[in-house]
Amino acid sequence: MSRRSRVASLLILAGAVVVACAKSPAPAPAPAPAAAPAVDSTRIRDSLANAKRMADSASAERERQAAAVAAARSSLVAKVFFDYDKADITDQGKAILDAKVPVLSTNPGIRIRVEGNCDRRGSDEYNLALGQRRAAAAKRYLTDHGIDAARIDIISYGAERPVAEGDGEDAYSQNRRDEFAIVAGGDNLKVAAQ
Amino acid sequence: MIALAAPAMAQDTTRQGVHIGLNYQPGTKPGVLVLPIAGAGGDSAHTIIQRDLDFADAMNVITGIDQGIGDAAVNFPLVEKLGAAAVVQASLTPASLHIIVYDVAKKRVLATRDFAIPATPGNADWRMVVHDASDWVQQAITGSRGIAATRIAFIRDGQIYITDTDGADTRPVTQKGGGPLSPQWHPTGRYLTYSFFAPRGTQIAVLDLTTGGARALSATPTGLNSTPAFSPDGNSIVYTHGDEDGTDLYLVPAFSSDPARRITVGHGTDNTQPTFSPDGRRLAFTSGRSGHPEVYIVNIDGTEPDLLTPFQFGDDIYRASPNWSPDGRLVAFESRVNGRFQIETIALRDRTVRQLTSDGINEDPKWAPDSRHLVFTSNRTGVRQLFILDSESGRTRQLTLGGPARLSAWSRSLGSP
Repeated sequence: MSRRSRVASLLILAGAVVVACAKSPAPAPAPAPAAAPAVDSTRIRDSLANAKRMADSASAERERQAAAVAAARSSLVAKVFFDYDKADITDQGKAILDAKVPVLSTNPGIRIRVEGNCDRRGSDEYNLALGQRRAAAAKRYLTDHGIDAARIDIISYGAERPVAEGDGEDAYSQNRRDEFAIVAGGDNLKVAAQ
Repeated sequence: MIALAAPAMAQDTTRQGVHIGLNYQPGTKPGVLVLPIAGAGGDSAHTIIQRDLDFADAMNVITGIDQGIGDAAVNFPLVEKLGAAAVVQASLTPASLHIIVYDVAKKRVLATRDFAIPATPGNADWRMVVHDASDWVQQAITGSRGIAATRIAFIRDGQIYITDTDGADTRPVTQKGGGPLSPQWHPTGRYLTYSFFAPRGTQIAVLDLTTGGARALSATPTGLNSTPAFSPDGNSIVYTHGDEDGTDLYLVPAFSSDPARRITVGHGTDNTQPTFSPDGRRLAFTSGRSGHPEVYIVNIDGTEPDLLTPFQFGDDIYRASPNWSPDGRLVAFESRVNGRFQIETIALRDRTVRQLTSDGINEDPKWAPDSRHLVFTSNRTGVRQLFILDSESGRTRQLTLGGPARLSAWSRSLGSP
């Protein structure tokens, strides 16, 4: 293989990396490398370094992107907790819901289901109604912040699906919660522009 | 029925060789002696009848007497000495259970009846006929029909189970899945209505125990639909429906697809757990409209909502799970007492409240057809199980064994009238 063709194939390789990274939804795709008609050894070295830099940068960008997507996803499914026998959204709950709003706004294809849950104290049947009010409270908060109501289903599981077994405030407080399930559109989560 | 006017003579519980059944109010409960029963399955029938009459808490069952009482002719002087006000003599043939009840004081037959009975002693249908006979015996002696020929439905391990009142024939009647809750009987005993989890909410189903087929009510297909109850005439179901603005009670025909009619107006609060008055004209239900759960009453058309349980201010107030007694006089419910739920009753007439339990956490009381016994859920032995309580004497027995059980419902009499 001639020197020239080796360089060319390196450049093609570098270009492929760029293309590969451009496939991920980076905010600003890196420009394709300029063709290098007149090649000397310095320029080859520079070009190689450049390609590596771009590949590294693309990889870092990919990681940043993946982390941002993961963070968005975890904001979206973060649980909201409630006081005993209450369905009011607490200040802490508002902060958790506030973080969901941009994710839902940026991803209009996403549909979620809010699942209201209760601790085991009290009537199992009354807890079904209480869980429904807890799910409805979170939905209302999100729709009040501009999210289309049609994108949010609600369901109550009452005290039927505890995440923490046993008695005591530790378990109770973990179980008095809304859970958020992504029911559609969660595969290609986009991250809001910073 | 009778007039065993003179209740049983004062009973000497120390008489040797004679055990007098549990006796809370000596002198007020007639003694009854069930003679050994001849024929295939006779021993089993004898045991069942004695136990049924004992569980009914209305008579003192005299046991431990096997001989010398007379098979053909009842030895009245002897049984009178033993404290029996009535003697039950039964015989079994392959097709029939023949029963004679004697009035000891008058030394004559009080009542007699033949019950058609399946040929296979011990199976569920055979046992139900024996229970029916027990209930008839009780009616002949005390004037009040017994509750042995009934069944109790409950939730265990994500399925609906039913069991006889003596714990026999306990079996699931639904498949696994769907998380059914809140089974309630149709007055005929043929159907159960209950809620189950569907992908986009909770739905109400009607299960036909005869065919095994289940049908979902379609009047309110989304949101929360829970705690259904058949009306006393069996034609309607009242249940809780809510979506995003609280839950309210709705009335719907039980066996058609007609639309539902809203009953309560809860303004965004929880309104759930309806239970019919025996005349079908009113409902008791749980509402959080005052800020915490309390029991209310409302007319079936939604008019005259009224707080039933005495309102108290405080953090610890929580009253729920009302169940109206079949005689119309009492509503049983669960109430938090010192941080733990207990079974209480409130009288419709003067709103007198009685606390009936204190051991463990006790919830979800449901009346037996006699308006005297209650089945409820208790964790007093560790896991939740069903117990039956005699509200007059306080006598309590455990009904279920095995996996945790809860959310019970007591059928009406399944026997012959």
